[in-house]
Amino acid sequence: MPNYIPHSDDEIQQMLSFIGLNNVDELFNMIPDALKVKGELNLGRAMSEPDIAKTFRSFAKRNSSVEDLVCFAGGGSYDHDIAAVTSSVGSRSEFVTSYTPYQPEVSQGVLQALFEFQTLISRISGLEVSNASLYDGASACVEAANLTTAATGRSGIWLSGGLNPNWAQVVRTFASGSGQEISKTTLSNGKTNWDSLKGSEPPAALLVQYPNYLGIIEDLKLARQVADSLGAMLIVAYDPIAMSILESPGKYADVAVAEGQSLGVPLSFGGPYLGLFSVKKDLVRRLPGRLIGETVDVESKKGYVSTLRAREQDIRRERASSNVCTNQTLMAIAAAIQMSWLGTGGIRQAATMTAKAAYYCQQLAIQIPGVKMVSDSAFYKEFALNLPISAEVAVERLLEEGFLAGIALSQGFEDTEFEDSLLICVTEKRTRQEIESFIASLEKVVA
Amino acid sequence: MISPGAGKASSSPLMGNDSEPTIFEYSHRGRKSWSFADTDIPDIELDSIIPPQYQRQEPLELVEMSERDIVAHFTRLSQRNYAVDVGAYPLGSCTMKYNPKIFDYIATLAGVSAVHPATPASSIQGWLELMVNFETSLCEITGMAAATLQPAAGAAGEMTGLLLMRAWHNHMGQNRKKVLIPDSAHGTNPASVRLGGYEVVTVPSNSKGLVDLEVLKDLLDEDVAGIMLTNPNTLGLYEEEIAQIAKAVHEVGGLLYYDGANLNAILGVIRPGDMGFDIVHVNVHKTFATPHGGGGPGAGPVAVSEKLIPFLPGPRPVRLENDSVLKFGWQQMPSTSIGRLHSWHGNAVVIARAYGYLLANGAEGLRKVANTAVLNANWLRHRLRGIYEIPFDRPNMHEFIASIGKEKRKAGLHAMDVAKMLLEQGFHAPTINFPLIVEEALMIEPTETESPQTLEQLAQAFEQVAKQMQDSGTEIAHQAPRNTPVRRLDEARAARKLIQTWDANQTLQN
Repeated sequence: MPNYIPHSDDEIQQMLSFIGLNNVDELFNMIPDALKVKGELNLGRAMSEPDIAKTFRSFAKRNSSVEDLVCFAGGGSYDHDIAAVTSSVGSRSEFVTSYTPYQPEVSQGVLQALFEFQTLISRISGLEVSNASLYDGASACVEAANLTTAATGRSGIWLSGGLNPNWAQVVRTFASGSGQEISKTTLSNGKTNWDSLKGSEPPAALLVQYPNYLGIIEDLKLARQVADSLGAMLIVAYDPIAMSILESPGKYADVAVAEGQSLGVPLSFGGPYLGLFSVKKDLVRRLPGRLIGETVDVESKKGYVSTLRAREQDIRRERASSNVCTNQTLMAIAAAIQMSWLGTGGIRQAATMTAKAAYYCQQLAIQIPGVKMVSDSAFYKEFALNLPISAEVAVERLLEEGFLAGIALSQGFEDTEFEDSLLICVTEKRTRQEIESFIASLEKVVA
Repeated sequence: MISPGAGKASSSPLMGNDSEPTIFEYSHRGRKSWSFADTDIPDIELDSIIPPQYQRQEPLELVEMSERDIVAHFTRLSQRNYAVDVGAYPLGSCTMKYNPKIFDYIATLAGVSAVHPATPASSIQGWLELMVNFETSLCEITGMAAATLQPAAGAAGEMTGLLLMRAWHNHMGQNRKKVLIPDSAHGTNPASVRLGGYEVVTVPSNSKGLVDLEVLKDLLDEDVAGIMLTNPNTLGLYEEEIAQIAKAVHEVGGLLYYDGANLNAILGVIRPGDMGFDIVHVNVHKTFATPHGGGGPGAGPVAVSEKLIPFLPGPRPVRLENDSVLKFGWQQMPSTSIGRLHSWHGNAVVIARAYGYLLANGAEGLRKVANTAVLNANWLRHRLRGIYEIPFDRPNMHEFIASIGKEKRKAGLHAMDVAKMLLEQGFHAPTINFPLIVEEALMIEPTETESPQTLEQLAQAFEQVAKQMQDSGTEIAHQAPRNTPVRRLDEARAARKLIQTWDANQTLQN
């Protein structure tokens, strides 16, 4: 059996006698016997390392990965390329096995990587201050709702009907504790219809996804105008890679959030991912999570520290506006490496290839009899189709053809006119040949 | 010599204590690392896909680096960082144990790491089974009835617990307002309580460092939704009156929440459920050896007693009835559920590693983990007696609190100085100035994976620090650390003159 405890039996006896005990059970004398576990937990015997490896290979075999299926699914998790350097250098064990950088003198590696990450995310989001990460896209939306309600003293959040439905659910879950009132707009031709909430109490903030869950490019200028007319703040949930071709949210948003998984994090069955969070500089004291700042040491040498620490839960306790402690630092470091590898040219190339591949796929799809776009608004990377059969059935049938065809919108995207549509995602990885055979299979299964 | 171009060289001196340039300083126009597959997609003008009014006018500038420079840079950064793989990390409350490498292997299997979370249940039977098995094991370890794996970390687990409390009381037709927390609690507890819509009521500790039962009873009324406790508490002490505490809280209709930060001490010894807790979160990045990653990812699954099952988040992975074609599937949320807590299914790959750790240990191994963690901490407390003040000098569990003593405090020495002097000795520092109820606290948690030899070496380092303080007062203490990549950093300046992104005009010159 693997043994991660170094002590020999002799050593245990010697240590026990040093502290005046005869056996290890006496270490727990303060616990009444009546409460103790009788015998052993029902967990089975320890497994050897090769058997663990075998067990997990067997689990893995019963899952279809994107190496088994050609992936056309997105919805917040994207099959983008990950550079070899990202996986390799990002798994250096000095990064992997360190704790939160509470002692900056021996944590400069993590701190500097996070400082670089913050800089890159601020360039992408177009807002001056970015934190050192949150859990995922959904938790970033929750923190943005908390920030804007605290900043405005209002309790309402208007969610665009085009927001990722899982994220919208998470915002609602947390709102039941904080007392926020969450409303959701309808969609009009796939875009947010802010007028649908006209007449309600002015909210703390509007939250719009860009491009939205259906891949449609929302009009941020309009969202800003609506927010201004209500005296509300604007939260934009953006797609980081798309920002290399689209106007950055910083031009309009007070708070910009994102799911950063596209930036070098594996699909990982949904986690761990990477929540991105940026604000305008005047909101820095309300920023949730860790923030790294540049400073100097006693010899005037440059170094990095966690800063504005008074915002955080371990100091501010019940007056803190966020409880986040553990974040996703390792994913943030991987993203910094991936963004360095992509660089100015690569991120634009990835976005451009993605846009063109998605467009090509969509153009072929709408030639299939009975298949229609749910909206004719401009899209990026994702698009939703009405099919002549149930989208869920289509997804099941296409699995047999070797495709992960997308996400059936019946799963979570309720209360819209698009309930039984198929959401398809195409990234820069998809080849012409893959797309053409996918379309051929789609045509076959919907016929 | 004149450099042929602007920017930094990869082979700038490493082993000295020079600063590492940022990626922005390595950047040089025209350099590139990226390459994408030739996908043969017919070309088309971008303008005909994305209307020009949505397109950005200014290019998005990241960096332009060679792959060689990227590797050199991030490798150097990693070398400027302490880690468990480098040495002992006695950071109290953080359980910095060794992270076995076999779980790195399982996390990279394509069937684990390259699975899209929206893949239909028929094609993720392995993942569903793993999650169901892990939930079952978690319930066995904690003495609970069911679990959710969605919370991404301990703080998210706490929020889950508070929302479950709220849902339970609402279900009982009540709207309670207060949650009790001991004064020794982690900072996340009060922050979560407030975000959960409750008022924090602090329970003082008694002279033994435990919850004062009599004061607690006075604070209890029918407006109390529940209490959040760690047991052992943050002083490393077992709450001896836990059964009476549980009884008193339950008598007013409140619930008990177990903060699992210190679960390592009691694995296979005693279970939160048997102590009377209703809700338990587990920090798998502490107890189950998943690596901390410099601050995350973690995972904070929550287990609950029978009566709270209807309120759990969903969808939940479940074993299906025998007549089903599939063995495992998703159970949709009942209307009583508090709702979804995560974009998808939680930090699944972290959970996979944790499940591997449970398999590797089995029941006997987990018990040995607790035994050895508690033995190591007690041994070190005995070893440091007479060298440091031990405010609660009696049998502790996985960690204990030391302090530098009154005389040294008077001489202007602080827990912070001990921390920095230990860094100079080559060890990571303990947690300092926490819990708040002990002045200049040093919270020391050696974990079970440090050998007796390492413990002795660590003790000698602590001893050396105490001696240096004795001999030279603040002179050496305030200078430390002198041999780290940087020395003490000006944190006040970082806050006052905030530089949170790299800017060529603003960066400090070296």
